[in-house]
Amino acid sequence: MGYTLNFSAVWRSFDQLLWGLLLSLELAIGAILIGAVIGLVTAFGLISKSGWARRPAALYVTVIRNLPILVLILFSYFALPQMGVRLGKIESFVATLAIYSGAYLAEVFRAGLLSIPNGLKEAGLAIGLTPMQIRTSIVIPLMFRNVLPSLSSTLISLFKDTSLAAAIAVPELTFEARKINVETFRVVETWIVASCLYVATCTVLAALMRMVERRLVISR
Amino acid sequence: MTKNLLEIQALRKRYGSVEVLKGVDCTMQQGEVISIIGSSGSGKTTMLRCINMLEDFQGGRILIDGEPIGYEERNGVRVRKSEKEIARQRALTGMAFQQFNLFPHMTAASNVMLGLIKVKKMARDEARSVAEKWLERVGLGQRADHYPGQLSGGQQQRVAIARAIAMNPRLMLFDEVTSALDPELVGEVLQVIKDLAADGMSMLLVTHEMRFAFEVSSRVIFMNQGVIGEEGDPKVMFLKPQTERLAEFLKTSSFA
Ligand SMILES: Nc1ncnc2c1ncn2[C@@H]1O[C@H](COP(=O)(O)OP(=O)(O)O)[C@@H](O)[C@H]1O
Ligand SMILES: [Mg+2]
Repeated sequence: MGYTLNFSAVWRSFDQLLWGLLLSLELAIGAILIGAVIGLVTAFGLISKSGWARRPAALYVTVIRNLPILVLILFSYFALPQMGVRLGKIESFVATLAIYSGAYLAEVFRAGLLSIPNGLKEAGLAIGLTPMQIRTSIVIPLMFRNVLPSLSSTLISLFKDTSLAAAIAVPELTFEARKINVETFRVVETWIVASCLYVATCTVLAALMRMVERRLVISR
Repeated sequence: MTKNLLEIQALRKRYGSVEVLKGVDCTMQQGEVISIIGSSGSGKTTMLRCINMLEDFQGGRILIDGEPIGYEERNGVRVRKSEKEIARQRALTGMAFQQFNLFPHMTAASNVMLGLIKVKKMARDEARSVAEKWLERVGLGQRADHYPGQLSGGQQQRVAIARAIAMNPRLMLFDEVTSALDPELVGEVLQVIKDLAADGMSMLLVTHEMRFAFEVSSRVIFMNQGVIGEEGDPKVMFLKPQTERLAEFLKTSSFA
C-alpha cells in the first residue's frame, strides 16, 4: 500500500466537521420532536373507533413506510416547489424526516397505547377525570415510558439518516466531509474521522437515552 | 321521609345478548354500610360498575340524591348524558378495585392529588395537604413519596382507597378489595374500611370476607343470578337465611 495516513489536513478543517455534526444533531432532534407529535396524533387515529380518523392515519403510515427515504427527500426538495410549496433546504429536510419518522413512531406509539391496562383508565374515570384528562395525565405519560427504548433507537436511526441531507447540499456532517475530501484529497483520513464522529455521537446518544430510561423506569 | 342517597330501580344490564342484571331494585340511606355477597358471576361487580357508569345499562334508573345517573329523558327518549356530565357524576361516587389500579408513574401522594387538582380544581399546595391528611388516615403518612412499585399490595390498596375518599364522594364502592392480597395483608385494608364506616361513610361493598361483612354491615344484599335473592339485617342473613339459595351459598363460603 502506497498510501501513508496524514491527518493534519483534516485536523485543520476539523471545526468544519464539528459544525456539520452539530447541524446533523439539530436536524435529527428537530425531526424527532415534530415526528413524535405527528406519530402521537396518528397513533390515536389508528386506534380510533371512527373510520374517519382511522383510514387517513392508516393510509399515511402505509404510504410513507413504502417509500425510500431518499425519494421522499428529493421529492420534497425538487418536486414540491414545482407544485407551489417552497421551503428552504433545512426546513424541507426536517419536515421530510419528521413526516418519515412520524409514520414509524405512529406504529410504536399505537402498540404502546394498547399496552396500557384498562383498569388504569377506569381508575381515572372513577375519580371523575374526563377521557381527555385521562389521555394527557395517565395514558400518554405511561405510553412514553413504555416506548422509550424504541424512541431512543429511532433517534439514533434518524441521526444517521441525516447524512442523506448531503443529497440536497445541507451542510451537515457528511456534506462537510465530502467537501474536505475534495479540497484536501485526504480521502481515507476524512472518512475515518467522519465515521468516528458518527459512531461516537451514536454511542453518546444511546448512553444519554439509557440514563433517561433509568430515571423514568417504573419499578413494579 | 328521609331522602334516599342511592336508589336503583329495575336496573337491567346486558353484555351483548346475555342479560346479567335482570331487574335490580335497591335503596340506600346516607351512612348505611351495605355488603353485597353472592357467588361468582352473579352480577355484583356489574352492579357497582353501573352505579358509576363504568358500564352502560339498558334498562331502569340509578339515582344519587335523586339525580338520575348516566341517562336523561329527552322528548321521551332515553339518551346518554355528555362525557363531561358523566365525569362529574362519577365523582359523586368513589371506587376501589380488586387490582388497586394505582397510576404507576406517580407517587402515592400524586395519585391522590390528581383528581383533586384536575377535577376539584384545587391548588397544588392544598391538594398536597389533603392528600397527606388522607394518607395519614390510612396509615401511610410516611409513604407519601413512594411509588406504587415500592409498596406492598396492602399499602397500594390503602393508597387507592385514600385516592377515592379524598374526592369526598357521597358514596364509596368497594369491589372485592382484598381478593388480590396475600392473607397477611387483608387485615390492614379491612381495618381502614372499618374506620371509614365508623366515621359514617356510606358504602356499598362487594366482599367474600363473610366475617367482615357480618361485623361491619348495617344491611346485606345477596345477589343471585342477576337479581337480589335476599336482603336484610346481617344477623338474620347469616344466622337465619330465609331462602334455600342463600343457605346453600353460606355453606360454601368462609363464614363459620
Ligand atoms: N365485559 C364483559 N363482557 C361480557 N360478559 C361479562 C363482562 N363482564 C362480566 N360479564 C358476565 O356478567 C356476569 C356477571 O359478572 P360480574 O358482575 O363480574 O359477577 P360477580 O362480580 O358477581 O362475580 C358473568 O356471567 C360474567 O361472565
Ligand atoms: Mg366481581
